[in-house]
Amino acid sequence: MFFFGGVKAKIMGKNNLFLTQLRSACSICKKDILIYYLKSPVLIFSFVSPFFLLLAFIFGRNLSFDFLLPVVLGLSIFFTSSSVGPIIIPWETRMRTLEKLVSCPISLEFILLGDILAGFLYGVGVTLVILMVFMGFSILVIDNLFFLILAIILSNLCFSCLGILISIPPTDNPSNIMMLSNLVKFPLVFISGVFMPVNQLPFLIRILAKFSPLTYTVDLLRCSLGKEHIYSGFFSLLVIIVFIIIFFCLAIFFHKKNLSKRF
Amino acid sequence: MGDIAIQVSNLTKLYGKTLAVDRINFEVKKGEIFGFLGPNGAGKTTTQRILTGIIKANSGTVSIMGLNIETESFYAKRQIGVVPEIANVYIDLSAWNNLMLIGSLYGLSKKNRIAKAEELLKLFNLYERKDEKTKTFSKGMKQRLLLAMALMSEPKVLFLDEPTSGLDVQSCRLIREKILEFNRHDMSIFLTTHNITEADQMCNRVAIVNHGKIAVIDTPEKLKKEFQFMQVIEVLFNKEIQNKRELEKMRGISKIQKVNDKFKIYTDDTDCLIREIINFSHREKLKIISLNTLAPNLEEVFLKIVEEHKSG
Repeated sequence: MFFFGGVKAKIMGKNNLFLTQLRSACSICKKDILIYYLKSPVLIFSFVSPFFLLLAFIFGRNLSFDFLLPVVLGLSIFFTSSSVGPIIIPWETRMRTLEKLVSCPISLEFILLGDILAGFLYGVGVTLVILMVFMGFSILVIDNLFFLILAIILSNLCFSCLGILISIPPTDNPSNIMMLSNLVKFPLVFISGVFMPVNQLPFLIRILAKFSPLTYTVDLLRCSLGKEHIYSGFFSLLVIIVFIIIFFCLAIFFHKKNLSKRF
Repeated sequence: MGDIAIQVSNLTKLYGKTLAVDRINFEVKKGEIFGFLGPNGAGKTTTQRILTGIIKANSGTVSIMGLNIETESFYAKRQIGVVPEIANVYIDLSAWNNLMLIGSLYGLSKKNRIAKAEELLKLFNLYERKDEKTKTFSKGMKQRLLLAMALMSEPKVLFLDEPTSGLDVQSCRLIREKILEFNRHDMSIFLTTHNITEADQMCNRVAIVNHGKIAVIDTPEKLKKEFQFMQVIEVLFNKEIQNKRELEKMRGISKIQKVNDKFKIYTDDTDCLIREIINFSHREKLKIISLNTLAPNLEEVFLKIVEEHKSG
């Protein structure tokens, strides 16, 4: 019988506060992957779009494979890890499931961490599949595995944080956030030396490019694949880490500030 | 402090310039079912959201089992289970996965989560459909699942916001029975409801709120006793009354209503009114078919208090 002689809930002690919340963040991450990421439209978008991008650039702009491989990998990381993150919080606000999460013993920081982890893991998974396909066709040669691994890990984390940062307006309408997301993400593609090397961009855009994390992702990928790059690998890594910290802190600050406006 | 489950002091919440909750104070004892009643927009749901740590108050304090909901949020939230007004289960997850998620958010071990989920799904007659996505569930099933989710961590205090609203009779009865059963085993219940009859039947004490303020807190029985002046006499005559004005002239009447073929007469002097009705029936050559005296029900008390509060 429930409560008496039945199964008693064993709850962990005070000492494990951080670890307990981290475990809860992992549960939120698992929930996000099940509900939002492992859906056919998201999967199709994630796996098909890099190949269309590749074909579009090859036939449309006569760009070489050499130049395009890091670009396609960079764009894939960028669009995949930040694809669903922006709509999770508005969608959960609308469905009132955010209210459920907030009433549970987990802080908002860890709820957001769970959402970020989901985008990160999904992005890493998709990037690895694309990487393996490229390697399978022998069109990709790795020059520096260390930089490549860190580029994939840190860039996915960075853009996943960006996705959560984009969802700060306290709306329950995901389409509003998707518009904002496109407004932020597409200009970044054009100012980040994706279509042409940063040093060939107009002066003003070259300055803007320094403030885009995508610039450093693509440059780091070029470095790891032994292609021409501008910044040293370690410098790009450092800048991406700084962006992760900034995006994460801003996301927490603004989501906390806006939380009560969501209910 | 030892026997207090919820302690609320000077709680105030502003939305812009609108005062949603206005310096309210109350406490809920351990093992008590406390009803929180009020008309729409009275501040009930806002209060419940503050008590459950979903939103922050502008001022005042809330403690759950002696733990401050703002400063000791993590530990205070572990003492509570929440069933909100609108079903907020994850519709793309199965009932099982919903329970697993909540269990892990409350820090239950995997073995415990599985055992607890099985127990609760069986208790609420959902076990057969545990692997179905909850988007296929009826409202009653979702509500039962919500209750199961709220009970995963064996909370000391259970918050329920309109738990039976819009449900079929069977689901209502099951949920009420379970709530009473949990309460019998020392779980404190904070019940926010519009359903006055439900509150009357289930609650040990009720608070009636209006415009963000608590108008009154007492047991349903005491409230009804205090409003004895609202006694009602229901009378049915053998034929239609020709001279209704004569009826209205009787002494001791505060209000008169015709409900179907009966007259519902409100009075503060039952004895006087019964005599008047008998005299009236003699005068008008009427036969009294039935005559009942009714004590005020909680709904009438509620309406009276809300009215008084509005005008006062």
